[in-house]
Amino acid sequence: MNLNESFRTAFFNLTANKLRSFLTMLGIIIGVAAVVTMTGLGQGMRSQVVGEISSLGSNLLTVIPGRARQGVGSFIRARGSASILKYRYFQELQEMYLPGIQAMTAEVNLFKTITASGENTSTQVVGTTPDYLEIRNFTLQSGRFFNNYDMLHTRKVAVLGNTVAQDLFGEPSQAVGKIIRIGKTNFTVIGVLEPKTTMGQDLGNQVIVPLSTHQQYLGGSHYLGSITIKTVSQEDLDTVAAMVEDFMVRKVGDPDAISILNQNDLIETVENITGTITLFLAAITGISLLVGGIGIMNIMLVSVVERTREIGLRKAIGAKPRDILFQFVIESSLLSIGGGSIGVVLGTLLGKVMVRFSQGTFSLSPGAVALALSISLAVGLFFGIYPARRASKLDPITALRYE
Amino acid sequence: MVSHNHHIISVRELQKIYRIDRIEVRALNGVSFDIVPGEFVAIMGPSGSGKTTLTNLLGCLDTPTSGQYFLDGEEVSKLKENQLADIRNRKIGFVFQNFHLLPRLSALQNVELPMIYAGIPRHKRHHRAVELLKMVGLGSRIHHRPNQLSGGQNQRVAIARALVNDPAIILADEPTGNLDSLTGEEIMGIFQQLNRMGKTILLITHERDIALHAKCIFHLRDGKLVRIEEVPNPLNAETIIAEIQAQKKKEKEDHEPQ
Repeated sequence: MNLNESFRTAFFNLTANKLRSFLTMLGIIIGVAAVVTMTGLGQGMRSQVVGEISSLGSNLLTVIPGRARQGVGSFIRARGSASILKYRYFQELQEMYLPGIQAMTAEVNLFKTITASGENTSTQVVGTTPDYLEIRNFTLQSGRFFNNYDMLHTRKVAVLGNTVAQDLFGEPSQAVGKIIRIGKTNFTVIGVLEPKTTMGQDLGNQVIVPLSTHQQYLGGSHYLGSITIKTVSQEDLDTVAAMVEDFMVRKVGDPDAISILNQNDLIETVENITGTITLFLAAITGISLLVGGIGIMNIMLVSVVERTREIGLRKAIGAKPRDILFQFVIESSLLSIGGGSIGVVLGTLLGKVMVRFSQGTFSLSPGAVALALSISLAVGLFFGIYPARRASKLDPITALRYE
Repeated sequence: MVSHNHHIISVRELQKIYRIDRIEVRALNGVSFDIVPGEFVAIMGPSGSGKTTLTNLLGCLDTPTSGQYFLDGEEVSKLKENQLADIRNRKIGFVFQNFHLLPRLSALQNVELPMIYAGIPRHKRHHRAVELLKMVGLGSRIHHRPNQLSGGQNQRVAIARALVNDPAIILADEPTGNLDSLTGEEIMGIFQQLNRMGKTILLITHERDIALHAKCIFHLRDGKLVRIEEVPNPLNAETIIAEIQAQKKKEKEDHEPQ
């Protein structure tokens, strides 16, 4: 008997008892669907978060005063942290021309009330350098960004985030050229940024002015909120981080007083967290695959007993033990791979529906699908072999007389 | 050793001993006989005579404790499981008391079954199965399932199945046991017809009326072949069927006028 005939026979037997076959597959269907949904959501979450981190600008190191908590990006400021990071350090660091650094920028943040043409809004006012635009991956919607000339002459010019422009002028494109009042100083709007959000946070709610202007008219201090460094490539992140840390510790004296947030670390942390969650979910749902496999074995054992006379007859008319073994193993494998395929489709649909009703993305790699299918096939083979061996070993004489 | 070429079955000192716990049961205790091709043998004996054991051995479903069994010139008494399966497939056509048809398969598919295990391609199988179902008189019901057919029709399907691989012997184990006498005669008629066409038939039965359709009767008792009885004038199934039908017709006529 060739394999083709074994498949035909197995398929015929399964379709002859559709409800039972379906119920047997259900365990595998649910297991695989759960695995597919969970890993799909996990992978989607990871790629989304990683994408958003990268959208803030790629290959970034951020030096902040205070002690950063491991990973998540939130940090506790050290005592007196407002006066740790001096503008002078930034200048010195810039003049060192460390290898691997492409650009760097410094920023000061203050919360201010801004008024213009009768409207007012409270927002973050960022004082920074011209490289900010490129490093932080912002694009202009209209107008221009300030340049070194503006910096040098502490000109009172401002670039508005899209949301601020909208709040003050209704139409962001109307903002350029208008006068706004920050605190007690008038600024000319020279540009408006494209709208941008990341991880649910609106990055359009800020006003950007030259650092020198900020220091002179708004804050008056020579301390920085943060220094952001863009490296040439991702590989440079770790070495540059080490050099910058070295420099900073020498300047500040206390290694705990400053922290360097490495974008690599952040992405790694996110990937670790989502990877762990995905693995955890996959492990839990993997148990349901196991249960599904036991269900298949159970039904196959019942089926062998029920079909004892059939097995006896098949053997009497010339079926070899191997033929009977194949017939039953193929049956259980068809059940599991069929269940697996339905599970993949169902899991994908479920994932897409869940994404539709909540934030997040669903991304399922072909590798995950292949894995789910091969695991279900393995389950069918593993749990099918024992019943099939029992069937193949039946003695034809006793099997024929079985009532 | 003598050549067994002119015998289709040659059995020498066949023994089968079962051990149940520590008790030895000699189910078959030294049986020897020869059967020439085209013979029609009935094997008779009361229960416990070793009839079933001999049937299992002749059908290659079991192997003897000692002794030799030559089937169609080949010694089969020492073969392994896979080889025995092959012999059963090619050389033996089984007909059972309770038909043993697979309930979910049509008559046609049931008949095709032994050919699947013989590795015969689909189109040939189909052709051959249809041919044989026509021969046993079921040409119009080939797509019916066993539960849509009568007992006699099911046994015809089983006979067609026994014949598909053109076996050396037909081994019929109480083939009329589950049938009424008229249908039983019809089945015996088919066996006699097959025998006239040259098929070697071994019929296992405990009914003398059925055994008398064969050309000779082997009597078994206590695991031994005690007597070989030649049947000079075997019963002709067709004649008996005609008689039964005439009888029925007469009974019907007797009842109708009232």
